[in-house]
Amino acid sequence: MSGTAVNEAGLHSGVPGLVDDWSADKQAYHVPWGKAMMWIFLVSDTFIFTCFLTGYLNVRLTTTQPWPPQSEIFALSFGGDPIPLILIAIMTFILITSSGTMALAVNMGYRKDKKKTFWFIAATAALGASFVGMQAFEWTKLIVDESVRPWGNPFGAPQFGSVFFMITGFHGLHVSAGVIYLLWVAFRVKRGYYDDKGYEIVEIAGLYWHFVDLVWVFIFALFYLL
Amino acid sequence: MSAEAGQQHPLGIYYKIWTLLFFLSACSYAVDFFEVQGAWRWTLVILFMALKAGFIVSIFMHAVWERMALVFTILGPPMVLLLLIAFITIEGNYTSGTRYTYMGHDPNAEALGPSDLHGEEHGGAEEKH
Repeated sequence: MSGTAVNEAGLHSGVPGLVDDWSADKQAYHVPWGKAMMWIFLVSDTFIFTCFLTGYLNVRLTTTQPWPPQSEIFALSFGGDPIPLILIAIMTFILITSSGTMALAVNMGYRKDKKKTFWFIAATAALGASFVGMQAFEWTKLIVDESVRPWGNPFGAPQFGSVFFMITGFHGLHVSAGVIYLLWVAFRVKRGYYDDKGYEIVEIAGLYWHFVDLVWVFIFALFYLL
Repeated sequence: MSAEAGQQHPLGIYYKIWTLLFFLSACSYAVDFFEVQGAWRWTLVILFMALKAGFIVSIFMHAVWERMALVFTILGPPMVLLLLIAFITIEGNYTSGTRYTYMGHDPNAEALGPSDLHGEEHGGAEEKH
C-alpha cells in the first residue's frame, strides 16, 4: 500500500486504509475504545428497533381490518379545530432541537469549554425530559380518552395498540435512559472529571443521543405519517 | 485531524445541518397537514426520512469523517435488513391476499376516527367520512 496518502498518525485513508485497518494485528478501529463499543451497541440496537418496525410492517400488511387513522387520533385541539398530528410534530421538533444542542455540546467539549459543555448537555437532557413528558401525555390521552389498548381499540385493526405501545414505549425508554446518562456526563464535565481523561465521552454520549433522534425519524415517518 | 483525536469541526456545518433537519421535518409534517395521499405520500415521507437519517448519521454522528473501517462496520450489517424488509413485504402481501380471498373480509373497509366515536368536538377531518 505504499505510495498512497498517509495522515499525520501514519495511517492510509480510503480503501487502502480499510485494508490496513481490517488486516491489522493489533487494532482495527483507530478511535477510543469507548466510541467503538458505543457504535457496536448502536448497531445492535438498530437491529432491535428494526425487529419492531418490520414486525409492524408485517401486521400492517397482513391485517384485514382497516388501519386506524393516525392523523386524526393524534390530533390535538388548542381551543379551536383539532390540528392533525400536532403533538407528534412538536415532539419531533423538540428532539431535533436537542440533537442540535448535543452537537454543540460535543464541539464545546473538545474546546474544553466546561461551562458551555455543561449547559448544552443540560439543555439536551431538559429537552429529552420534556419529550418524555409529552409522550406520557400522549399515552394518557390514548389510553383514557380513546380507549386504545395493546389488544384492541375502537377504531380498527387491534394491532395498532400493540405496535404503538411497543415501539413508542421502547423508544421512550431509550430517551429516559439517555436523559439520565446525559445528566451524569454533564455533572462530571462540570466537576472537571474529564480534564485529564479527555472529552471523547461527550462525543460518545452524543452518539447515543443522536441515535435516539435517528430512531424517532423512522418512527415518525413509518408509524405516524404512513 | 489525527486518528486518535476527537472529532472537531467548524460550528457552521452543525448550524446548517440543524436548519436543514428542521426544514425536512417541516416538509414531512406538511405532507400530512395538506393530506397528500397515495404514492406521492409514500415517496415524499420516505424521501424526507432517508435524507434526515442520512444527515444525522453522516454529520451529527460524524460518520463522514470516520475511517472507512469503522464506517463499514456501522453501515454494513444493517444493510442486510433491507433484505428482511423485502422478504416481509412479499410475504405480507401474499398473506393479506389469501386472507381477503378466503376469509371474507372487506378490503375496502374504512377505519373509524375519533370524530365518529365522540362527536365533532373531539376529532377533526369530518369530510373524510
